[in-house]
Formats: sequence, structure tokens, C-alpha cells
Amino acid sequence: MTNAGRFRMTGYAALQLLLAVPALVLFVLDVVGGATAAFVVGLGILVVTLPATRWLANVHRRMAGEVLGAPVPASYRPTEGASTFGRLRVSAADPMTWRDVGWMLAALPLALATSLVVLILFVPIVTGIAWWFGVGPIMVARSRIDRWFLSYGTTEQLEQRVEALTETRNQTLDHASAELRRIERDLHDGAQARLAGLGMTLGMAAELLERDPEEAGRMLAEARQTSSAALGDLRDVVHGIHPPVLADRGLKAAIEALAIDLPVPVEVTGTAAVALSAPVESAAYFTVAECLANVAKHSGAGRAWVEIGGTPDLLSVVVGDDGHGGADPSSGTGMRGVARRLAAFDGTMRVSSPTGGPTLVTLEVPCDSSSPRTTPSSGTA
Amino acid sequence: MRLVLAEDHALLRDGLIRILEAHGHEILAAVEHADDLASAMADPSAEAAVLDVRLPPTHTDEGLKAAVAVRAERPGFPVMVLSQYVERIYARELLASGEGGIGYLLKDRVGDVGEFVDALSRIAAGGTVLDPQVVSAVMARQVPVERLTAREREVLALMAEGRSNAAIAGALFVTEKAVGKHTNSIFGKLDLPVAPDDNRRVLAVLAWLGV
Repeated sequence: MTNAGRFRMTGYAALQLLLAVPALVLFVLDVVGGATAAFVVGLGILVVTLPATRWLANVHRRMAGEVLGAPVPASYRPTEGASTFGRLRVSAADPMTWRDVGWMLAALPLALATSLVVLILFVPIVTGIAWWFGVGPIMVARSRIDRWFLSYGTTEQLEQRVEALTETRNQTLDHASAELRRIERDLHDGAQARLAGLGMTLGMAAELLERDPEEAGRMLAEARQTSSAALGDLRDVVHGIHPPVLADRGLKAAIEALAIDLPVPVEVTGTAAVALSAPVESAAYFTVAECLANVAKHSGAGRAWVEIGGTPDLLSVVVGDDGHGGADPSSGTGMRGVARRLAAFDGTMRVSSPTGGPTLVTLEVPCDSSSPRTTPSSGTA
Repeated sequence: MRLVLAEDHALLRDGLIRILEAHGHEILAAVEHADDLASAMADPSAEAAVLDVRLPPTHTDEGLKAAVAVRAERPGFPVMVLSQYVERIYARELLASGEGGIGYLLKDRVGDVGEFVDALSRIAAGGTVLDPQVVSAVMARQVPVERLTAREREVLALMAEGRSNAAIAGALFVTEKAVGKHTNSIFGKLDLPVAPDDNRRVLAVLAWLGV
């Protein structure tokens, strides 16, 4: 059941005993910082202590994972791209942060109770036998308690998953019905109206054919123009639903075709590591399209780039530009719309846009949509 | 002209056959499936092809691939590619498949029968015909085009569609001499070499415009 050997576990016990002291200090600072968070001082404290708390908790998660032979995941809410203050706010509202704080209070007595016993048994030779048999169960017990504090249980994870799915399902339904309304309106005002007009013109031409062939000829020419315009409208509608190049050639070529028409030169590199399902491909395409439209409209960039990549389980696309930065992903309905579309596939979008640039938008979509994702992977961009 | 035709929609196929035959062309083969296209194109007596981009089995870009393939086999073989939508990325691939003898038009343009038949004979003569929509997309994007006057832009667009000076003069209701003056001015403003051959002139313009 355990992955770690006895000596390794004894080492963990020593480390946990040592870390119990900073844990207590951090606990006190977190509490003081939280209590005075209304003042600058408190915020200043938390800016330092909360990341330190997470680091400490993560060290224990790793050790507990090693001892238990199964990873103990940290399910923090994502804070990438937010300001320092925004990160604090997200962290403060994150139940995992409160678990961390509670765990730190428990860590000191726990460390004293378990680690100390393991170390005392280990040091004198006489109790070597007790150590030999005792270290495993004691450390497993301790790791279980750590896990209970530091990770969500199965039920809690399922509850969170259900919550996330309910939310994204509602958003997807809203998005889908808004799209259908838009398409209905576009067809009604465009092609449908023109085809109705076409019918009328043809009818009049038929009537005039004998009486005034010249006028009938003019009407037929007009009818042809109307049919052309109706086709143009239909093309636009089709393009908004599913761009033909995307259907023909896939994501990369569709982005290239999109890039050709932009006033900013765009370099498209890389390919997806896996064949993408049509809905994922389409969501990724429209997200990139929205990003590139923003680059052209707002960024003042001289060049932009799109990097497609990822792993067999994860599509990752980075859209970057060398513009003036300062992009706010929460403003603009377009970005919110595509973010919702991505969320339906458990996809995430991160925006890094410091003032002065560059702006990097990273979108990640798991390719097996049954796998839950609560935190984005790190190390891209 | 003896033509090979590929179009999977029966209605459109019949319409195309009717139009082409009415204008004195002979349809050697009218196929609806990409698999039948290769053998039809292998016919040495075929003089040109009219291809729909989307064909079975995958309904993606079979027609486009067939056009590029036949032109690799028979350089300069005139091909007119028709589609419900035009993309610059496809225009670029067609233009890269060899010099001249290539057309890329929206299917709507077939409705203007005279214009369409004329375009077909222009590509059969080695000309290049691009849909005005491709050309206008290029025009909208290229900043240096802004240096041209409105009339010069009209002339450039018609040039990119593969028209001769005489045809441009007819379309704009001006004299051929006036068109010559405009083209020289365009070449000057865009730093293009002056070339005698119409087709090379179009290609130079398109290459410069980055289609």
C-alpha cells in the first residue's frame, strides 16, 4: 500500500517535524493578516503568507501522496492572470485556503504525535523492532489525516464537478439558443427576404414577357443579382456557423485562412498532437478568431503569432501579439462568449497582458471531455 | 472546347452542361465523384476542366486537389475551379500550381452566363481569372493600395480578374488609351515591372498583393 520505504518515511517524519514550526508561524500570520485585511498591513502580510502557506501545504501533499501511493491533488481555484489583489480575493474565497489554514493548526500536534514517535523509535536501537513495524502504519495514518485536510474527498469532488457541469451546461444552452436566434435573424433579414423578392421579380418578369420583353429582360437581370446577393448572405451565415476551410482542412489551415485576411501579419505554427473532435476544433477556432479580431482592433500590434500544440490529452493554443498590452478579458462580450463555449469542453482560457505587452492568450481544452479539470496546467506560454 | 466537368449536385451539373453546350463546348465527361474524376482527366483529348471544390467522398477539397494534381501532370492545363465560397488560401494554392490557365470563381458567377463563358475561354488561352471577392479581400487589406486613386483601384481589380486593357476599357466606359495610362500609373505606384504579357501582368499584381 505504501510507495515509500521505511527510511524515506522516517526522513519525511523528520522533515514534517521541522516544518511544523514554520506551519505554526504561518498560521499565526495568516490569522493576523486575515483579521487586519481591511488595512494595508494585513493585505501586505497575506500577499506573502498565502503563497507560502500553499507551498508548505503542497510539500505535505507530495509527502502524503508518496506514503499513500496515490497523489493527493491540490484543487485550488485558478488565479492566473489576475492582479495581486485579485489573486488574494480568489484565494480568500477558496475553501481550499481555509482547509490549509485549519490543517496548519493541526499540523503541530500531529507532527509532535506522529513524527516524534517515529523518530524516537528510530533513534534508540532497542526500539528498532517497534520502528521496523511501526513506521509504516504511523506514517500512513498521519498521511491520511493530511489528505483529509489538504484534499477534497470523492464526494466533495463529485459535488464540485456536478456544480461545474450544471453551470457550464446552462451557459452552453444559453449560448446555443442565442446563436440559434442570431442565425434565425440573419436568415430572416438576409437570404429569406431576398428569395422572396426574387420570386416577385421573376413573377413580374413572366407577366411582362409578352407585353414588354425589354422590361422583362431587365427584371431577369435584376433577379440574377438578387440571387447572387442571397447566396452571399447564406455564405456569411454558413461562415458564422462552421467556416468551410475548418470543415475542409482542419484547425491550422482555418486559422491560416483567417490570418491572411487580417491587417496584422500572423505566424501560425505547430499542430495538435491528436485528431480533434469537430466541436472542440470549432470552439478552439472561434476562440482564436475572437483573439485575432481583438489583436487587429485593439492591440496596436505589429505582428502576432498562433502556436498550436499540447499533448495527446490536451489541445493548447497560444495567441500572442507584440502590442501595448493591458487587455482585460472580462470586458467585451466576444471574449466571454468564447470562454463559455470553451467551458462546455472543460476548456480554460488564460490572459496575460501586462501594460506594455506582450499579450498572450492561452487556451487549453482537454481532448477527452470526460476528464475533469479544475486547475490549468502550468509551464506553457 | 472539349471539357471535363465535375459537380456533385445534379441540378447544378445539368445547368452547367446546358450552359456550356449552348456555347459550343463539348462535355467529354460529367462526373459527380472524385474517384471518377482521375480517369476522366486522363483523357488526352480533354482541353480544359471545370471542377467543383467539394466532391464526394469527403466533400472537402477534392476538386482543388484534383486541379493541382492534373496541373502537376499536364503543366498549364486550364482548370476552372468553382465553389460556393472563395478563400484566399485556396487561391494561393491554385496560383502556385503553375503559371496561367487557372480560374477560381464563386458558383454565383455562372449565373452571369456571358461573363462565365468568357472567363472560361480566357483561362483556356492561358489567362488567370480570380473571383472579384478574392480580389476585393486583398484590396481591403493592403495598405499601399490606398495610394491608388479610386479609378486606378477599379482598373487593378479588373486586371487581377485577368482582363485585357481592351476589356477593362469596355467595362469602365473609357478609351483603351486611358486604361493604358492608369495601368502605367499603377505599375509606377506599386513598383511593378512593366511586362508585355497580360497573364504575367496579372501574376505580378497578385504576387505583389500577396494572394
